[in-house]
Amino acid sequence: MTLIKIDQQSWTAGIEKVKSDYRVFGPVKEKNDHEFKLLDQDEMPDLNYQNTRLSPKSIIYPQSQVMFTYSLDENDEDCRIMKEVENVKSPMAIIGVRPCDALAFPIVRRNFDTPEYQDTYWVKAYEASTFIGLACSSACGTCFCTSAGTGPFGEEGLDVLIIADGDDLYAKSITGKGNAFIQAAGWTTEADASVDSKIDEMKTAAEASISASVTTDKLKDKTTLELYDAPFWEEEAFSCINCGTCTYVCPTCWCFDVQDETHGKSGIRMRNWDSCMSPLFTYHASGHNPRDAKYQRVRQRFMHKLKYYVDKYDKGIQCVGCGRCIRLCPVNIDIRKICNKMNSYDAANCVCETPSS
Amino acid sequence: MQNPYLPYPVRIDEIITETEDKSLKTFKFVFLNPEDEEKFAYESGQFGELSIPGLGEIPIGIASSPMEKGFIKFTVFKTGKVTSYLHAMKEGDIMGVRGPLGHPFPWKTLEGKNIVIIGGGFAFTTLRSSIISILDPANRPKFKDIHVIYGARSPGMLLYKDELAAWADRDDINMNITVDGTDDPDWKFLTGFVPTITEQKAPPGNDDTYAIVCGPPIMIKFTQPVLDNLGYSHDNIIMSLENRMKCGIGICGRCNIGKDLVCKDGPVFTLSQLNEMPKEY
Repeated sequence: MTLIKIDQQSWTAGIEKVKSDYRVFGPVKEKNDHEFKLLDQDEMPDLNYQNTRLSPKSIIYPQSQVMFTYSLDENDEDCRIMKEVENVKSPMAIIGVRPCDALAFPIVRRNFDTPEYQDTYWVKAYEASTFIGLACSSACGTCFCTSAGTGPFGEEGLDVLIIADGDDLYAKSITGKGNAFIQAAGWTTEADASVDSKIDEMKTAAEASISASVTTDKLKDKTTLELYDAPFWEEEAFSCINCGTCTYVCPTCWCFDVQDETHGKSGIRMRNWDSCMSPLFTYHASGHNPRDAKYQRVRQRFMHKLKYYVDKYDKGIQCVGCGRCIRLCPVNIDIRKICNKMNSYDAANCVCETPSS
Repeated sequence: MQNPYLPYPVRIDEIITETEDKSLKTFKFVFLNPEDEEKFAYESGQFGELSIPGLGEIPIGIASSPMEKGFIKFTVFKTGKVTSYLHAMKEGDIMGVRGPLGHPFPWKTLEGKNIVIIGGGFAFTTLRSSIISILDPANRPKFKDIHVIYGARSPGMLLYKDELAAWADRDDINMNITVDGTDDPDWKFLTGFVPTITEQKAPPGNDDTYAIVCGPPIMIKFTQPVLDNLGYSHDNIIMSLENRMKCGIGICGRCNIGKDLVCKDGPVFTLSQLNEMPKEY
């Protein structure tokens, strides 16, 4: 697909124009950070950020979401019968998605959109969305996307990739949804052929700016129990306070809880993001808890992302290298270190004591 | 697109108090929309999510058999928020059921085989479903010898007492009903723990013999070495697990044991499979 050149004026005009066809979400500066929000008619996405504080996960998968309503009024014909909430999604465009955060959507889709069951809430929101990416020109110290399945110019999960070069923007359509978006914006100016090589240079420079990496090539070769019984989990988990920040900020963490909330004689059944860091996550009604100890919960988080997911889907790790969990962890637990430790762990030659599981 | 979280509305048609301590009740549900019963086509070993608006959902094994038409049954132990509320509900009340969920016992594999059903305490519900299915005249010829070893603390704590007595009178099923102890002079069945009775009554293991084991962890712990001694291969020992669940369809993420989700990939696993999995249950 040819590259489209967009100057500042047509960028503004195009974003205004697409708002008649799409609900447009984009990054807006709030206090010290950028956050995705639904843009007002006269509001423009602010592309001047390294990355948003949170990924756009919650646009497709809100932190709290009403699934059903019910009545407990015996006079109601439908008393105690769950009613689906209206779930019709008008087209949405999410502008300014970094490639790492974009890759999270196809990863999470494997959980919500399966041959047996479709999570109607997630799938409808996802299908209604067009993902407009923004390539990264430089990395933060915690980024490791190039060893986590994507890169600063990565395209997986995107419909359009936008590359900023000074005041000019270049748009590359990746899918049919992307073509439709560019058409709706009225962007038609083809970029000069010479731009291609310039973009290649920018891409190479951006990739070179990423200094951190993970090694994942041997995760699949080890058995689940080898890694599960590895001696380092208690030590790695020692400083963890189970605050759940890592799961909250993770673009690929998908677990949720379901709760009923009654007000008077009516109520809602809702789902809320949940966290494997919480002891309640697995707490049986009997009082038994299969992941009672903190280190078991920490182990679950890393084993899920770096072993269980790897084995189940054979599509790499359940991590996109955005680095948020590393930046925001209050006790400096670093997934890169743990991933490399798991990858290089040699159970046969380990002389350490294994912890009780 | 079908919303997999939407429960089928059901009416509580009958409530039976099963045990002398009243901690276990069987709920018989009738679907409000008859077509939902067809959608709920299940096999023995699967479970459902019982849904009470305002309280939540609980995963419970299906105690009725697919050979029984017009209703579904669940036997529920009163233990948490939802089950306590359910125990206080009345016949005629409306609630919801989702399912069927999870994998059943491997009935195709079990065809032509001897089956030893070993159950303890209140983990006898999907085993009751299995026995009803096996003993149905349409199914009984598909299986060879059927042994059942079922134990409870006392005679009053056994589930499905009338059915147990009726099965004990039959010659096409070998019933071994046992209690840990009793001072009832009229008790006509066995006394002793399930592992001991298994040692005495279960047939020896071979390729053609499968054991289905459901019970409290302590029973399973002491029954497994007995089955090992009897020569059962771990591929031929079938178990059903429980973990905390919400969605029941493999999406919400909490019931995993390694890469497997108890709700969707289980709850039925062979002991061989469990040997390769973390003990997070």
